[in-house]
Amino acid sequence: MEKNINITLKVWRQKNAREKGRFETYQVKDVSTGSSFLEMMDILNEQLINEGNEPVAFDHDCREGICGMCSLYINGRPHGPDDGVTTCQLHMRKFKDGDTIWIEPWRSAGFPVIKDLIVDRTAFDKIIASGGYVSVNTGGVPDANAIPIPKPDADEAMDAASCIGCGACVAACKNGSAMLFVSAKVSQLALLPQGKVEAARRAKNMVAKMDELGFGNCTNTGACEVECPKGISVAHIARLNREFLKAKVQD
Amino acid sequence: MSSLLSSSIGKKLLMGLSGLFLILFLLIHLAINSLMLVPDGGETFNAAAHFMITNPIIKVTEPLLAIGFLVHIIYGFMLTIQNRKARGKDRYASGNKTSGVTWASQNMLILGITLLAFLILHLAHYWVKIKITGDPLLDPVMVNLAGVETMVDNAYALVNTSFGYLWIVIVYAVAGIGLALHLSHGFWSAFQTVGFSNNIWRKRLTAIGQIYAWFVGLGFSLIAVLQYLFYQG
Repeated sequence: MEKNINITLKVWRQKNAREKGRFETYQVKDVSTGSSFLEMMDILNEQLINEGNEPVAFDHDCREGICGMCSLYINGRPHGPDDGVTTCQLHMRKFKDGDTIWIEPWRSAGFPVIKDLIVDRTAFDKIIASGGYVSVNTGGVPDANAIPIPKPDADEAMDAASCIGCGACVAACKNGSAMLFVSAKVSQLALLPQGKVEAARRAKNMVAKMDELGFGNCTNTGACEVECPKGISVAHIARLNREFLKAKVQD
Repeated sequence: MSSLLSSSIGKKLLMGLSGLFLILFLLIHLAINSLMLVPDGGETFNAAAHFMITNPIIKVTEPLLAIGFLVHIIYGFMLTIQNRKARGKDRYASGNKTSGVTWASQNMLILGITLLAFLILHLAHYWVKIKITGDPLLDPVMVNLAGVETMVDNAYALVNTSFGYLWIVIVYAVAGIGLALHLSHGFWSAFQTVGFSNNIWRKRLTAIGQIYAWFVGLGFSLIAVLQYLFYQG
């Protein structure tokens, strides 16, 4: 049943990358449990603007869980207390009347804070630019039966491709490692014929870029997999290890 | 090769391979230790210990084992320092409420440091005495080696006497549990790191890893406790 709840927010406020941040406490009253978490943030910002204060800066775009833009570390978990959803898909029905909700930005050396809850995730774009694509000309769209691909491979490639690059894996990792992200991007192509051509170069370049940007080393705790809104499996990390080691041995 | 070993995955490969090597070593170590439970005043254990000391294969693998330990320890510290740096200075004020992550997997360094402290004590107890300084307890005894009466060091007396002290037994029993926890994550993690895992093998490896870890860890603990309780005097 929908109802209205009153909540207390502890929100990280930080003017810019250089200045020290702090938590501010806000009260938000009469929030419908049917509203989404980001709608609640909008209500908070309306409130702040009406009071003549600066609204809280946070990332968001599609608000349907496919763009990877929203982030937020809510009450001890990336994307909040629900499983398998992004922050924009989180609803206020997951909270109770009188709750105190902590809202923090992703914390990792690879993701410096730009302002308030927004972090700089261009490191992911740089990793993609280092090899997360197919550069061979595959021509026009071929007939579906022209290159047979085993169903399990196609499924696994699609599962890997569901990574939206939100960075929850890095935010959850005690090592600030980007291995789940990189492994998904390597897997989605390494499993398919068009991607296999450049598999070795891709694995080497993407791992080198990941290391260069200061992401940590994976210790296989599996926290990333638990917090991934798309349920990307750490089995992809084993594949990335295989692809990378194979490429290095071939050199 | 140098670019492989300077990469994150390359360093972890060394961690995984040295870990797998030590996993194999621990099985052999436990097998020899279990001979302490043969109720013949340590004759079987002494014969096995003599074989392990004099065997040419062991002479080659002993330095290899030391390298395995050193690589595992040094890279363990090195990777952790890098990881802490990658994590950054800022901590989450609302803590970490991610469920389903094992305690051992998040505390491998602490468990490792505990094991390192134990290892130093362990080497001082036995390896130093047997290999370097000697000890009156080690005075040679006769054992029957495949029909031949041979003089061998009485390693059993040294071990048996030390397991007569309650504090040593407690330290060994606790170290055994620490080892089990370390291995309960380390076993599957090593296979994952060298690339030998997928969704099916992950389940198998974690199951085998748990069995191996607790069998080996509690095995060492149990031998120390049994020595204290039933093999004194």
